[in-house]
Amino acid sequence: MKFDNLSMELLNTITDLTQIPDGAVNIRVDGESIVRNSSAQVTITSREDGRGFSLVVKPGTQETIHVPVLITQAGIQETVYNTFNIGENSDITIIAGCGIHNPSHSDSKHDGVHEFVVGTGARLRYVEKHMGQGSGQGKRIMNPTTRITLHSGASAELEMTQIKGVDDTHRSTIAYIEDKATLKIVERLMTEGDQVAESDVKLNIVGKGGSGQIISRSVARDTSVQVFRASLLGQVECNGHVECDSIIMDKARISSIPELVAEDSEAVLTHEAAIGKIAGEQLIKLMSLGLMEQEAVDIIIDGFLR
Amino acid sequence: MLELKNLYMTVYDENGPAKEIIRGINLVFEKGKVYAITGPNGGGKTSIAKLVMGIFSPTSGEIYLNGEEITQLNISERAHRGISYAFQQPPRFKGLTIEDLIKIARPGIDQLALRGTMRDVGLCPEDYLFRDVGPGLSGGEVKRVEIAQVLAREAEVSIFDEPEAGVDLWTIQKLIGILYSKFKNNPNAITIIITHNENILGICDEIIVVGNGMVQAQGTREEVWPLIKDDVECKMKEQCGELLTYEI
Ligand SMILES: Nc1ncnc2c1ncn2[C@@H]1O[C@H](COP(=O)(O)OP(=O)(O)O)[C@@H](O)[C@H]1O
Ligand SMILES: [Mg+2]
Repeated sequence: MKFDNLSMELLNTITDLTQIPDGAVNIRVDGESIVRNSSAQVTITSREDGRGFSLVVKPGTQETIHVPVLITQAGIQETVYNTFNIGENSDITIIAGCGIHNPSHSDSKHDGVHEFVVGTGARLRYVEKHMGQGSGQGKRIMNPTTRITLHSGASAELEMTQIKGVDDTHRSTIAYIEDKATLKIVERLMTEGDQVAESDVKLNIVGKGGSGQIISRSVARDTSVQVFRASLLGQVECNGHVECDSIIMDKARISSIPELVAEDSEAVLTHEAAIGKIAGEQLIKLMSLGLMEQEAVDIIIDGFLR
Repeated sequence: MLELKNLYMTVYDENGPAKEIIRGINLVFEKGKVYAITGPNGGGKTSIAKLVMGIFSPTSGEIYLNGEEITQLNISERAHRGISYAFQQPPRFKGLTIEDLIKIARPGIDQLALRGTMRDVGLCPEDYLFRDVGPGLSGGEVKRVEIAQVLAREAEVSIFDEPEAGVDLWTIQKLIGILYSKFKNNPNAITIIITHNENILGICDEIIVVGNGMVQAQGTREEVWPLIKDDVECKMKEQCGELLTYEI
């Protein structure tokens, strides 16, 4: 299967890939898996209900897996369920992400439900980039749902980025963290025009010595709207931290709603939230180094979201 | 040559009355010389630096660089003309590293020069190159990053606003050595150091005392020192066995 230039370009923006990668891979384009390769240690098979795939990683595996989704035709609306089972003591990187190119006037929509089970002692790094392009009035809509369970001593880092061109998004993330497991979620978000982005993250730390961290950095420009709810539940002796940091510009609107619930006196939960515009001093400083004002704004935003 | 002619500046506070904070400044800075501006807090030193950089606009008066009037130029334009200013209180940047900032200050700087500049201000590149200039750095570290940016620019006019503030004794000594070797008798550089530090004053060719928005005294170190000695000199010098003064 050969991609056309548009798909390849879109694939490259969301995954940095320049060709179909080796190893386990599933590339979904316009509603169909057009590339699917299992590897010796990682099998990818269709779910019985036919609405996504089931990915199983054997214990003790070290591998990078690619599972991006592309939508290049107008008007495609789909819901996909994928499950990921990461075997004990594996060390896995998953590169996911979704790119929508929609130049038409009808809406394109991808709702992806990802369910992860990370086995005892396993490590997972999950990288997901969302972006939309196309100049038509048709909206580019993505509603990702992520459910993740970390078994004893497992660790995972989820890096979720949405920088450009997604008009409407409602992200929902729920995690269960068992004993001595560690989860870190890093979200980066930029909205502009009249885009709307909502994100609900809920970490349940259910096992003793578990730890959870949510770090969110966002920039809202123009008249865009962001709502961020981050909730930490500590049921046992554990550590949890939420950090939400936003730059607000123009006539945008940001709500940041952290929630901490402790059900054990040994639970240590903290949050920090800050919303503010770019400081005048920062702009002046960069201009005094020779940048024009707009360049300075762009550099501050790019750095902030990096 | 940098020339400040008849500068006045009145600021209008939101609720307070109008206040004239710069009241007739006339100064000429020549290439190849290192100038100190000193004087009491609130006297107008930083305001003069900001007027030169274009951060403040004078209510009246003119600024010339090499004969060209730059009073109406904005900050970026003045930066391109060769003016560079290390802030008294530098801002932090979440997400920008020290390397990023120095590369913005000096586009195309090579790794060797970049690392050299960092070592000049006492920041080991191995430990600091990729550090975020955010809340994780101490005040003194941010200050040194600020100085490094201006050093990296190698601009025609370099202004340092209290480079000693928040920086430890060891670093000040090193800093003085760097300022001396880079700027003293450098025929291409106009160097202005706003300072209260006795030892930094010691390496300057000319000292300008600013107070109450005006130049109150100006001259060589020998001429001005007796006037400011009581305010600047360390009162505890004897306890340190007179060892405070830095010998070049
Ligand atoms: N932006 C400003 N708005 C109002 N007043 C200011 C502003 N900047 C400085 N001032 C006032 O001007 C005076 C001189 O300040 P400054 O130039 O910072 O003095 P110095 O650097 O000598 O300590 C002070 O009284 C200060 O409060
Ligand atoms: Mg000052």
